[in-house]
Amino acid sequence: MQKFKLYTRFERFWHWTQMALVMLLILTGFEIHGNFSLFGFENSVRLHNSSAWAFMGLAVVSILFMLFSHQYVNFIPTTKKLKEQIQYYTLGIFRKDPHPTKKSLYNKLNPLQRLIYAGLLILIFPVQIITGLVYMYYHYPQNPLDAAGLKSAAVTHTIGAFMVVAFILVHMYMTTTGHSVSSNIKAMITGFEKEEEEHKAETKPNA
Amino acid sequence: MKTVLEKITTFFVVLILPALVIYLTVYFGLKRETPEILEYTNKSEQIISVDHSEFEILQQDFVDPRDVTAACLSCHNKRDDELMQSSHWLWEREAYIPGRGEVKIGKINLINNFCTGAPGNNGSCMRCHIGYGWEDKSFDFDNPNNIDCLVCHDKTDTYFKQKGQAGMPATEETANAEYAVPDYNYVSQNVGIPDRDNCGICHFYGGGGNNVKHGDLEEAMFRGDRNLDVHMGIDGKDMTCVDCHETQNHNIKGRAYSVSSENTNRINCEQCHTDKPHNDRVIDYHSHKVACQTCHIPVYAKKNATSLWWDWSLAGQKDENGNAFKEYDADHNYSYLSIKGRFVFDNMVEPEYYWFNGTVDHYLIDDTITEFPVKINTLFGDYNDSTAKIWPVKVHRGRQPYDPVNKGLLSVNLWGPEKGDGAFWNDLDWDVAIQQGMDYWGRDYSGQYDFVETEAFWPLNHQVSPKEEVLGCTDCHSRNNSRIASLNDFYLPGRDYDKAVDYSGFALIFLSLFGISIHTILRIVAPFKFK
Repeated sequence: MQKFKLYTRFERFWHWTQMALVMLLILTGFEIHGNFSLFGFENSVRLHNSSAWAFMGLAVVSILFMLFSHQYVNFIPTTKKLKEQIQYYTLGIFRKDPHPTKKSLYNKLNPLQRLIYAGLLILIFPVQIITGLVYMYYHYPQNPLDAAGLKSAAVTHTIGAFMVVAFILVHMYMTTTGHSVSSNIKAMITGFEKEEEEHKAETKPNA
Repeated sequence: MKTVLEKITTFFVVLILPALVIYLTVYFGLKRETPEILEYTNKSEQIISVDHSEFEILQQDFVDPRDVTAACLSCHNKRDDELMQSSHWLWEREAYIPGRGEVKIGKINLINNFCTGAPGNNGSCMRCHIGYGWEDKSFDFDNPNNIDCLVCHDKTDTYFKQKGQAGMPATEETANAEYAVPDYNYVSQNVGIPDRDNCGICHFYGGGGNNVKHGDLEEAMFRGDRNLDVHMGIDGKDMTCVDCHETQNHNIKGRAYSVSSENTNRINCEQCHTDKPHNDRVIDYHSHKVACQTCHIPVYAKKNATSLWWDWSLAGQKDENGNAFKEYDADHNYSYLSIKGRFVFDNMVEPEYYWFNGTVDHYLIDDTITEFPVKINTLFGDYNDSTAKIWPVKVHRGRQPYDPVNKGLLSVNLWGPEKGDGAFWNDLDWDVAIQQGMDYWGRDYSGQYDFVETEAFWPLNHQVSPKEEVLGCTDCHSRNNSRIASLNDFYLPGRDYDKAVDYSGFALIFLSLFGISIHTILRIVAPFKFK
């Protein structure tokens, strides 16, 4: 077995920082929403605002990183091998079949992941950011547009929040579907993934 | 060596740096600037008066208080002109009411749900008029000598208007154990800017007793501490009424919306505190839609109780000896008076909350009752009104006489000088008392009366609490027990949610967990089957 580099230092920093920020956003957000008490309502509001800003800052930095390091190619959705990937998760995985796609520095995500992550990046995150900014700054319905209050922004923000929570649950579970239960998480920590034997010949980084 | 370096890098990249970002996020998120401390010098300290005791005109042998007024005006000329245009003098003013237009209203022609109305009860009610002897309609509003300068400007606390004398202090004829003839030389030589004793003697006792009407203005504030009123506390800033109720040419700033209608000449907290007093964006933003008073007056009637319910329909009962009687509740407040009916008094009252834009409609005497309970006044405003804010309000409810035929609230003659004169407080006879009241007002009366529920809205402004006592977020931003639960024309975070979205959302989370569980089980079980 041989190790190969999958995640750069920046990507690992980005991932774990984002994880912490999203956790903070979810906990404070649902406290503000009235589901439980944890930090106290006022602290939650303050932390939700500050972690939202940190999240947006991180998003800007990571987008720049993606563009300059050419890593954005990982997020371009594709239907190639999509069917095989779905078949793998619904069938192959139980037979311990090999993964239908192989990972590399420029192909970190399988087609199903690409689709889901593209959905997050294009739909959920922008919607959360826009409705969140509306929440912070567009309090009053008179100018310049009559939004008749916070309701539309708040409800949309809540829908996005539930989708993020569902994503995270599935995402956390999916980390266990690597070639060992912990290999994906280890890769996100160390940056290196161990190659599966049968793909050895094909998975040389093409850079 | 390389692996050690890699491990250090990993440690740094996945733990130290993210932790640093989170630390900074939490640090700057929770950091709060402290509000600015205001520097303010009380008006009582700023103004240095002349020594009135050196004026020869004030050495004369005064008999009639009107001569004191004449002496005042001989130096302070034109002040009478200012004063005689004021609502303290006229008890009415022109006001624009949305939906009605320009009206002339005031205590002179409005009906309330306390003692129902002043006119016709002049001997008692006009004691709080800033004039001498408004006994009946013949009172001369154009005679400047009828102005009572002393009641507002006396600094000796020895000058009082006598009970039942329509604004006159005691004279040689009327003086008794309670009221002596004032020493006019002493009083007139010791005049100055009004202090809380001058204002409070009327404004604390509206409705026939301490704190009956306002709920946030009462005699404890003569010498209260800062827990009672953070501005006026004698152990704190020790501000008096005129520090906020700034006055130019006898035009006193401030509005009581039991008698006012317009959003002008008001006092704003911003006068001193600016519109960003908390030095904190999230909290300062609240002021677009929430009056300062809402959070800073969490309870009112903090010391002595105020009337919350006054039921005139039960007035007039007599004890077994045929006499009027009184009952008290456990806190020694009136619960029943034969002459006034049944009461609910309470202290430490949580306000009710309403949208309010500073304009008010009133029940006018010619109005026809169309809805119950009858609104004595109506605060305008709603969420979509950019000028409206959520305001804490004392709502005074009760039952009072109305004419079921003409569908109007009735004016009653309550006070009279002696038994047998038909006044309700003397004879406990509604028929006569209402007829006399309606006659004085010149209003038509069908001869039939019944009692109708009414409510009056008194926005709160006083008894501001120290900052430790103010409302917190979850007093409103809470699913249960939100203080503003009744204001539901807008989305309030923490209180409101879309049921369909929340149920679907939790269903989505549940389904995800369910799917994960099934998948996990299959992953564990299936390989054995495929073997």
